[in-house]
Amino acid sequence: MSNNTISPQQGNRKFLQKLEERGVDVQACYQCGRCSAGCPITEFFDLTTMEVVRLAAYGMEDLLLSSKAIWLCAACETCATRCPNDIEIAVLMDVLRELALRKGVKPAEPRVQMFHQSFLGSIENWGRAYEVGLIAGYKMKSKDFMGDMKLGMKMFFQGKLSLKPHSIKGKSEIKKIFSGKGKEYER
Amino acid sequence: MKLSYYPGCSLHGTALFYEKSVQEVCGQLNIELTEIPDWNCCGASSAHMTSHEIGMRLPMRNLLIAAELGHDILVPCAACFQRLKAAEKSLREDPGYWDITDYPADLKIIHISSLLADEQIAQKIRQNIKIRLEGLNLACYYGCLSLRHPKITGVSNYEQPETLETIVSSVGAKPVSWSHKTECCSGSLIVARPDIAQKLVGDIVAAALRAGADGLVTDCPMCQVNVESRQFDLSSSDHLPVFFGTELISAALKGQYPSKQEKMHLVDADILANVIETAPQIREETV
Ligand code: SF4
Ligand code: SF4
Repeated sequence: MSNNTISPQQGNRKFLQKLEERGVDVQACYQCGRCSAGCPITEFFDLTTMEVVRLAAYGMEDLLLSSKAIWLCAACETCATRCPNDIEIAVLMDVLRELALRKGVKPAEPRVQMFHQSFLGSIENWGRAYEVGLIAGYKMKSKDFMGDMKLGMKMFFQGKLSLKPHSIKGKSEIKKIFSGKGKEYER
Repeated sequence: MKLSYYPGCSLHGTALFYEKSVQEVCGQLNIELTEIPDWNCCGASSAHMTSHEIGMRLPMRNLLIAAELGHDILVPCAACFQRLKAAEKSLREDPGYWDITDYPADLKIIHISSLLADEQIAQKIRQNIKIRLEGLNLACYYGCLSLRHPKITGVSNYEQPETLETIVSSVGAKPVSWSHKTECCSGSLIVARPDIAQKLVGDIVAAALRAGADGLVTDCPMCQVNVESRQFDLSSSDHLPVFFGTELISAALKGQYPSKQEKMHLVDADILANVIETAPQIREETV
């Protein structure tokens, strides 16, 4: 944060308009800090939750899209629930992540993004999340092979890990949802 | 009572034993469940966190199938509940945006604990248990998604919810007063950043221990597996098992906690069976 000058960024109407459309009124923030105080992950963030809101109000899109905070956010909704000004902070985090992906900004926490990708890949393939497959997919992408081996073995012997995905019948409907042809993409 | 039932992926995967206890309890209480045919994943956090369209369309497909069945929808998973509720809210507020204008106005989405803590059902549980789980001190752990955002979940006492406390009391156990009822377990971050999960779960378990709890009770499959699995890595003797509310009800109604069920926990969970063993039977003699 220290070496970033914060001043309202010009020409960012598109970004601010996007937030407005999703009902996120970042201008209403009076910097009370309740969002950061309640955020369970804030100590691992590079920007505090309050800073994310403030930078958004200034239109500092690039800085936000390349931050770790947007990927480490757990979508727990504590911040938005407690904000006295009713600012939809968790929706703001959603918008920032989606924008980062659409614009091809390299995620500052690549493994987190790889997990989301593996999870969604499983739904796209089968219509449901297939745990064994998506964890295997995640491990291939992230090369995090050793993490939680012991735990995985325990679950395997408990019979919790099904080795066969369940495929739903309406897979074509799911493919359509994922196809990028939804109305939202034209907006 | 007839309800549609949305199990969600966890309950058909690593939390299959949660599903079993839900089915058992509903059977014991004469709640008839019809699984939503060909349901799909609600998208969990990953979908809405990375794509608004996919995050909404996935749960909407389930709602539209459920609408044909016509009954209110029972959801045991907190994450699924929140996603279905979010989709419902968006459908009701702006149906034109989604081009779905025929979604019925009266269909309710019900999270399992609000059903089981409902006054009539809680009374039925109290009247029919074979064994009171006396001497068991439990920290009721809600986590995030059945409560927040209250605009989505419709929950009014989201900082101090009581449904799990009602359930724990109705089976004769004691809910402890503690600080971490609604703290986050780290959710899916546990896979990519286990260090963060370790910290959050460590704080939750420490708070429960400080409050004198023998275990935790939850209604979220993700909280259950996260809190137990991060303790699995600790060598401490202060492990606390995390039970599902429905496991407790089922055990109290049957007067036993099958060892097959107990073995599904990732840390020692023998306290429940121990309490049952020493508790006096209240039903057999009186019936
Ligand atoms: S809680 Fe709301 S008003 Fe307070 S700092 Fe955070 S965003 Fe701003
Ligand atoms: S939603 Fe994200 S930013 Fe808000 S409190 Fe939770 S983890 Fe922190």
